[in-house]
Amino acid sequence: MTSPVIISAKPPAGAAKFASRFDRFQVGLLVVAALLTCAALAYGGFLLTVMQLAMIYAIFCIGLNFFMGYTGQASFGQNAFACVGGYGSAILTVQYGWEPLPALLASMAVSGFFALIIGYPTLRLRGHYLAMATFSLGLITYDISIQWTSVTQGYMGYAGIPPMGIGNWTVESERWKLVTLAVLVAFGFWLSLRMRDSRFGRGLRAISGSENGAAALGVRVPRFKLIAFVIAALYASAAGSLFAYTIGFISPEVYGPAMSIMTFTMLFVGGVGTIVGPIIGAVVTSLLQEVVRGSGHYQDVAYAIVLLVTLIYAPKGISALGALFRRKKEEA
Amino acid sequence: MALLKVQGLTKRFGGLAANNDISLEVPEGSLFAVIGPNGAGKTTFFNMISGFLSSTAGSIEFAGRDVTKVPQHEIAAMGLVRTFQLVQLFKGMSVAENVEVGCHLATKGGVLASLLRPSWFRKQEREVRERAHELLEFVGLDYHSDLDAELLPYGQQRLLEVARALASKPKLLLLDEPAAGLNTQETEGLAHIIQKINAQGTTVLLIEHDVALVTRIAHRIAVLDFGKKIAEGTPDEIKAHPEVIAAYLGVEEVENA
Ligand SMILES: Nc1ncnc2c1ncn2[C@@H]1O[C@H](COP(=O)(O)OP(=O)(O)OP(=O)(O)O)[C@@H](O)[C@H]1O
Ligand SMILES: [Mg+2]
Repeated sequence: MTSPVIISAKPPAGAAKFASRFDRFQVGLLVVAALLTCAALAYGGFLLTVMQLAMIYAIFCIGLNFFMGYTGQASFGQNAFACVGGYGSAILTVQYGWEPLPALLASMAVSGFFALIIGYPTLRLRGHYLAMATFSLGLITYDISIQWTSVTQGYMGYAGIPPMGIGNWTVESERWKLVTLAVLVAFGFWLSLRMRDSRFGRGLRAISGSENGAAALGVRVPRFKLIAFVIAALYASAAGSLFAYTIGFISPEVYGPAMSIMTFTMLFVGGVGTIVGPIIGAVVTSLLQEVVRGSGHYQDVAYAIVLLVTLIYAPKGISALGALFRRKKEEA
Repeated sequence: MALLKVQGLTKRFGGLAANNDISLEVPEGSLFAVIGPNGAGKTTFFNMISGFLSSTAGSIEFAGRDVTKVPQHEIAAMGLVRTFQLVQLFKGMSVAENVEVGCHLATKGGVLASLLRPSWFRKQEREVRERAHELLEFVGLDYHSDLDAELLPYGQQRLLEVARALASKPKLLLLDEPAAGLNTQETEGLAHIIQKINAQGTTVLLIEHDVALVTRIAHRIAVLDFGKKIAEGTPDEIKAHPEVIAAYLGVEEVENA
């Protein structure tokens, strides 16, 4: 494989560097997110809770990004697995006196198993059929969490869920809770990077690029979609459990369809299919909600406008802005 | 020995016989071409061989095994890899990453390996990057390797698809009109590349509209018209074949005008 044959050596016009790369701009965004976390730790107060929730949703979105971003499939039902994770952890710790960590892991195992048996038939659907099927999945768990009162305590929900911890060491203070969550986000992010930059991750991204092309090169498309779905479910489940441990209280509303809509929004604001998009989207959207909350009756409108503006002017999300600016500059 | 043996292959779309009782044998190591006017059924023929489409009747044998009903990914794993008439690049991935995906079949390891990264896995990842670079060099795209694949000009996208297919180390490479949309100079380079791939031991089955190109590089040519094989032979035989001239070379004159 030597002696190259040069064909039209001229590089294409507006040759921009690769968009979904882990570029300096994305590193910068991560630094900003880390600084915000530090600010929350320093000033405490309401910002602490906002950042805690942002971290929990970031974990959810990192998983969702595997299915919706890298693999390019639609799912509005990932809240179902957060629901399993949240209720699983609440029931195991409150009713059965389990330790938080084993309860979280056991709930993840259950979620992963459910994702496997639900995903197998569902993932043969495409496009909006798949979106509808997954959306109904989230509705079903929502209904179960309301109706099956003997197990879920219905609308009352679960209170008194213990905080995260191992053995005698528990994370009681709000500041340490945020630190723990931030470390877990970093860990989840690191795992996601390893999976992305591998034969497996390239297979997933090939599917979103061209399903036919991927299949022709031997990528087992249905199997890869299923694995991506399970990964998303595992992250969602962990996020659901962490919500329970952080807030100490859960109810059906926490894991309702609104959760899917919100995480979907986060992923798109941050940049679906980008590396840091899930984290950035979760932080920005969580902060945005608080800013907008101040505008009284118009808060929903203001919220929607900000989202629309992001989606129109940064269609690939905030994380891809760096690549967008570079391309503009080279074209100019 | 025949690497690919097709017998009585037929595909009906409703009342239309897109492929009608086609039989041919592609000898191992050859550069075999399939030509025919628009809508003759060439792509349909490829779709069936590669397991992309099921056949209505007939049988396909590849490397001594009946693959008529074998799923696509298994056929690909056996070493039969295709490119598409309409390029199917992986959007959102770089040029180099596109070729790296091509190494999928020639490598192993799933989620667990990606998380644990044992030494064989790291070595494999290094080799995949090196191989992608070599192949890009081979088709002359190495200085674009970091570029978003969809930003390549059309002609180079076709070359990328060829490099990507080569990465899987195929025994039989199916190329569906690789020269479509290429200018003269690019077509020249492509012809050179195809010949070189073949010379390095890969059997090539090529669909092409450019008769001049095909008669120059192919060892053997089959001609399809209205879903039927109307001729097969060496380039010289095909050029002299009266039915081929009537059915196909007439079209060529119009194209050259
Ligand atoms: N999926 C399909 N459903 C119905 N008809 C089809 C389908 N695919 C192909 N055909 C028809 O089968 C015939 C052969 O098509 P095919 O694409 O195989 O031709 P081709 O020789 O590759 O043509 P071209 O040179 O234009 O690429 C055409 O009449 C086409 O309309
Ligand atoms: Mg065709």
